[in-house]
Amino acid sequence: MAGRTPLYKEHIQAGAKMVPFGGWDMPIHYGSQISEHHTVRRDKGMFDVSHMTVVDLEGDNTRPFLRYLLANSVDRLTDSGKALYSCMLTPEGTVIDDLIVYYLRNDFFRMVVNAATREKDLTWLRRQADAFSVTVSERDLSMIAVQGPNARQTVLEQLEPEVHNAAKNLKAFFSAQVGDWFIARTGYTGEDGFEIILPADAAVELWRQLLAHGVSPIGLGARDTLRLEAGMNLYGSDMDETTTPLESALSWTVAWEPEDRDFIGRESLEKQRKEGVGDKLVGLVFDGKGVLRSHQKVVVEGFGEGEITSGSFSPTLGCSIALARVPAGVGKSCAVEIRGKLVTARVVKPPFVRNGNSCIQL
Amino acid sequence: MSNVPADRKYATTHEWVLENDDGTVTVGITDHAQDQLGDMVYVEVPELGIIVQAEEACAVLESVKAASDIYAPIAGEVVDANDRLSDSPETVNQDPYNDGWIMKLKPLEPCVSITEELMDAAAYETFIEDEDH
Repeated sequence: MAGRTPLYKEHIQAGAKMVPFGGWDMPIHYGSQISEHHTVRRDKGMFDVSHMTVVDLEGDNTRPFLRYLLANSVDRLTDSGKALYSCMLTPEGTVIDDLIVYYLRNDFFRMVVNAATREKDLTWLRRQADAFSVTVSERDLSMIAVQGPNARQTVLEQLEPEVHNAAKNLKAFFSAQVGDWFIARTGYTGEDGFEIILPADAAVELWRQLLAHGVSPIGLGARDTLRLEAGMNLYGSDMDETTTPLESALSWTVAWEPEDRDFIGRESLEKQRKEGVGDKLVGLVFDGKGVLRSHQKVVVEGFGEGEITSGSFSPTLGCSIALARVPAGVGKSCAVEIRGKLVTARVVKPPFVRNGNSCIQL
Repeated sequence: MSNVPADRKYATTHEWVLENDDGTVTVGITDHAQDQLGDMVYVEVPELGIIVQAEEACAVLESVKAASDIYAPIAGEVVDANDRLSDSPETVNQDPYNDGWIMKLKPLEPCVSITEELMDAAAYETFIEDEDH
């Protein structure tokens, strides 16, 4: 039996098509995935992301614990509320999960990890936290992401004065906690907006309120095309426990400095960094008719083969785009096998779209 | 509930077949099929004049979700194809039984005997209900 978020009834009422996702029954779309995608790029939309796992880390040693646990460095978090994107690695340097960690106080950080990896993440966190006497608690909270150029304004108008005041001056990648509400200026779409973590009853109320004020519900289908256009990786598709951040276009999330910071996976990554990677993750654009899809074969002449890890039609660009893991020697183009035929795709550096605008020459 | 018009026949691969007065048949996909596939992004219709065998893949629909073959429900010559779908593939979602038609075939054998193997609307409704469970 798949889990249901507190917003399940709201989805059904809005005509959602529900699908199983990471152990949850989630809305894939509410009619048209493409129009939902455009709604977020051009106006505002809301996503139920209550399936995501919220974990609170508490204790005097939380900062040293995170310095050791994560490939990115919490040393970068000096201002309260600041968020950091990072991978959590195995000792071999491969990716257990990607996550966002929010710094609230030196003895209190909040982390949001993926739904499908919930159990293994919690097990790993608890195992590592023991030595630091850090308490790891999963929080039973709901989460709504409101994204798009007009998202913040509409959300701010609906917030109670106290939350409103905390939210209105948040800079990008900052968060604030007000009572049992937590509001962050983060997202997974390449647009501005908020992610709001709050108790179930409040989530239902906020959802209805936003709906009444013109915020459209958006399904996981559009969430996937939005994040792909934004060049954001999806755990389990673009990276997993068989790949390292260096092979996943995530080198920017590995903090090598200071050199004496010991973090799980560092030794293996240092070795790979020195020897060089065999494969890397790149963006692909296909201008012809047809859709790049995950697991399609990629051929890089003279270097070997690779594979598409995420592929889709890009509603904003009007053509197909993908992330692909290919031999590191790849040049400006490669061949992709679509339904038995080899076609030529351009190799580009993601993102494909940022703040509503194309970053790719079409 | 999906819409299943009674004026035509249906294949197990979710195409509909409508007999025209001039002896040709029009082929498209059902409302149920377009709903399962999601938003269409490309439609590749067959070339005019080619002969297709029954159950032969002859057109491709690419939706946000997947690429799917369209099978010829009967053997015939492709005498017309809906070229407008290349510019507006969403027509297949919006109007699968009329403007979203895919191709017209001139049957190689008399139509009556051929369409007997296809389902009528009631049988197709039962078929998709069973498929859902």
